[in-house]
Amino acid sequence: MVDAFTLYKTMLLIRRFEERLIAEFSTGKLVGTTHVYIGQEADAAGIFSVTDSEDVVFSNHRCHGHFLAYGGDPYRLAAELMGKNTGLVGGRGGSQHIHWRNFYSNGIQGGILPVATGMALAEKNGHSGQVVLVFAGDGTLGEGLFYESLNIAALWKLPLLFVVENNHYAQTTPVELAVAGSIAGRFAGFAIPTWERDTTDVLEVRAVAQEALDHVRSGTGPGGLILHTYRFAAHSKGDDVRDPAEIARAREKDPLAMHGVRLKPVEREQAEAEVSARIEDAFTRADADPVPSLEPHATRP
Amino acid sequence: MPLVLDRLNTALQQALRSDERVYLIGEDILDPYGGAFKVTRGLSSQFPDRVLTTPISEAAIVGVATGMALRGLRPIAEIMFGDFLTLAADQLVNHAAKFRWIYNDLVRVPLVVRTPMGGRRGYGPTHSQSLEKMFLGVPGLRLVAPNTLGDPAALLATAIAEDDPVLFIEHKLLYARPLLEIDQGDLIDFQVERDDRQYPVFTIRPRGQQKAALTLACYGYNFELARKAVLDLMYEKEIFSEIVLFSQLSPFEMKPLLDSVARTRRLLTVEEGSLTLGWGAELAARTAEAGIPELRVRRVAALDLPIANAKSLEDAILPSPQVITDAAVSLVSGSF
Repeated sequence: MVDAFTLYKTMLLIRRFEERLIAEFSTGKLVGTTHVYIGQEADAAGIFSVTDSEDVVFSNHRCHGHFLAYGGDPYRLAAELMGKNTGLVGGRGGSQHIHWRNFYSNGIQGGILPVATGMALAEKNGHSGQVVLVFAGDGTLGEGLFYESLNIAALWKLPLLFVVENNHYAQTTPVELAVAGSIAGRFAGFAIPTWERDTTDVLEVRAVAQEALDHVRSGTGPGGLILHTYRFAAHSKGDDVRDPAEIARAREKDPLAMHGVRLKPVEREQAEAEVSARIEDAFTRADADPVPSLEPHATRP
Repeated sequence: MPLVLDRLNTALQQALRSDERVYLIGEDILDPYGGAFKVTRGLSSQFPDRVLTTPISEAAIVGVATGMALRGLRPIAEIMFGDFLTLAADQLVNHAAKFRWIYNDLVRVPLVVRTPMGGRRGYGPTHSQSLEKMFLGVPGLRLVAPNTLGDPAALLATAIAEDDPVLFIEHKLLYARPLLEIDQGDLIDFQVERDDRQYPVFTIRPRGQQKAALTLACYGYNFELARKAVLDLMYEKEIFSEIVLFSQLSPFEMKPLLDSVARTRRLLTVEEGSLTLGWGAELAARTAEAGIPELRVRRVAALDLPIANAKSLEDAILPSPQVITDAAVSLVSGSF
């Protein structure tokens, strides 16, 4: 069982990594865009504290937190985001399209769900004992493929955990304007059991994720893990139109603070020191790395 | 000679038998129905665990197959009508075709998506199209189409053995066609050259010293129409033609066609998809770029209209052998 200190450090790593990322945009070392996970760290830290190291993960556009909690190297991720040769996928994918070991992500809303469903079929038929986790947000619930995938996963009793992180906004659109009915009701329509929490407490997330994964691992079919959360940062870089008072209220339930009180001050300081050293090392090394170039065979005739 | 349908069925059966990683996935493919066009007939009885019938979910079929392929299986998906590929376009374009490259060569997607295309059966505007042109040129996606000259079983087996996604286009009217025999029947007055590509290009030239006046480029079922037109031109009008018959539509590999057009300086492309921005347009552009002197080009394709249900209208919209013949005569005579 992952201890409280490690859970804290995982959340802190995600938080500080994303803060550094936003800062690096202003230095010009990063271009394009990014979708940060700040505020949602308890979800990733809690879930990946109870997964098996060989489980398969398909994440979405907001994947950095999932990747770091999965055990991914912040240096390789930073290099990828900076468009460096040493990035996870050599600079070809960038923020939303990464792959390492059994971790995958892609940037099309809903598109990853059937792919994860097929992966779960491969795990089931290969008798690997592994399960697949696929991450969606409240915004993804508008995509038809979500329901095609629930249907097939349920029909074929696949070892697939659908994780829905409801951060209450699809880019700028509040969930009330985009999601009719309930999220759990969507799963119920396909007779898929769900585990649901409205919490930013990593210990609660860990406990509920363990229950959901136990079900999926039992081989009786897919499950739904519904986590209501909140992102403190804008959807991407700076397009926040939410009421600052609402964000301030959410910050009162900051997962880092909530779990931090369970540690001694000296432990929090130690975590801060370790994490900041790791991130400084990651970004410094990545910054010095070479940029990729196309192989000769890819040049125009 | 065996029918195209039987050869495709045989290839699927052999793939399932020889490799436990091979799966079929699609709508209504189980016995006793065996698929809308019967290509999978008998297979679910022999391999019940690896022939998977699905809900009507074309996007999910391709997505699920892509996920299976990413994790080491070798799925073959069937989309019941090629018209429905638009529903799965995102899975092909943004998922299956992209993964290997965007993940920096760390993964493989050994996926075949088979689908019947084409009209002339009175199925109307949403079950008769040849939409393959929408997928030509998509990076990472190979398009292959069987014909009656190469062995469709070998072609499909090659696609199944690939580590990258292949969109396999089967014209509906090909299923009941027998394979041709070289040096016999329609081909008795022709010599057939086959290049050594894994998806071969055939160059069909008149025997003897006859210099061909034009080159017809075609694939799939339209080889049947082009052949009819070429025989008519030869026997009725003494116009000799070469046919360059492609098995792979995309990526474009031009050498056999350019070799032929260098001899004839006249290119006529024949396809059943609608004209604008089609397969023939890309062939024409690439041939023009090759700098062949005095080159003249014409394209025969469907009119830029939805395909009508009434036979009279469908016949007017899709290219017939007569349209091909007329285009050839006008190309050779220089009258435009």
